[in-house]
Amino acid sequence: MYIIIVGGGKVGFYLASELVAEGNEILVIEQEPAKVERINDELGDVAMQGDGCEAAVLENAGTGRADMFIAVTGDDEDNLVSCQVARKKFNVPRTIARLNNPKNALIFKKLGIDTTVSATAAIMAHIEQELPTHHLIPLLSLRGSGLQIVEAQIAEDSPATGRKLSELPLPQQTLIALVIDANGHPHVPDADTELTAGDKVLAVTRPDAEDALRQILIG
Amino acid sequence: MKVIIMGCGRVGAHLATTLDREGHDVTVLDTTSAAFARRLPPEFRGRAIVGNGIDVDVLRRAGIADADAFVAVTQGDNRNVMAAQIAQHVFNVPRVVCRIYDPIREEIYHTLGIETISPTKVGAQLLKEALLR
Repeated sequence: MYIIIVGGGKVGFYLASELVAEGNEILVIEQEPAKVERINDELGDVAMQGDGCEAAVLENAGTGRADMFIAVTGDDEDNLVSCQVARKKFNVPRTIARLNNPKNALIFKKLGIDTTVSATAAIMAHIEQELPTHHLIPLLSLRGSGLQIVEAQIAEDSPATGRKLSELPLPQQTLIALVIDANGHPHVPDADTELTAGDKVLAVTRPDAEDALRQILIG
Repeated sequence: MKVIIMGCGRVGAHLATTLDREGHDVTVLDTTSAAFARRLPPEFRGRAIVGNGIDVDVLRRAGIADADAFVAVTQGDNRNVMAAQIAQHVFNVPRVVCRIYDPIREEIYHTLGIETISPTKVGAQLLKEALLR
């Protein structure tokens, strides 16, 4: 695969070195000559100096034949624009952007970026799993479908405790896909499955139905 | 008209002052408060808010939800592009204009449906006309 990485900082460097080791063709585009030199010294000639948002630079980089385009600079606006240029001008099939502000996730999705990765959001998800006050934890968004998989922890005082799935007024296009009981045993629920405290529920839902689902399951 | 101007540089401040004088409801955004002190005249009646215009919370604070127009004129092309797209696609602001220095990037975003102005292109054109007159 030919993969272009914009941003040769720490994230870009280690990403490139992993991908090179896997045998991919990699090009890192980085503005600072010193970083370009370091990457070329350590990983072989895989970096070029330039602004990864500029169409002329991307043209030189052979972006038109790239299979994947990954922008990992420390600035969300630069990651957004370089991915958009790669996608709209060079028709790269898959674009991935690093998010510095996790609040930009929805915006990037709306503006056509396939996948976003936010270290802040990832760390938050880990912390939230440990917190006693339960939220819906987003686990995965299903690409292209507008759906996502979320996790909810059913507590003693949850409105769903002791109720059958058929009694829950679930929002449109929402499905309870899996119930994992307090002992860690998973089972696929049916309409008669009764939720009890300590259950973990995995649901498929739309982002705009998340609040309604949280109300029903967690309160 | 309720206008939000992102970037209080020479152009942003001048635009803000002009629109304010004409009686429009103007809010100016900049990442430093020094820009307001240096560039806005004392009689400016609009609002000046410190914050980054690519942050949706800052935009909300600036009243973007019911703004009639949004103009992005910071020094960074990419910041302008991102903010303009947020204004247009997330907040559905009816009128959005975005400054992009780089003519190639300007063309790309113009074809994507954003109203763009490239001072590089416009300036060069004006200079050429003056030279060949």
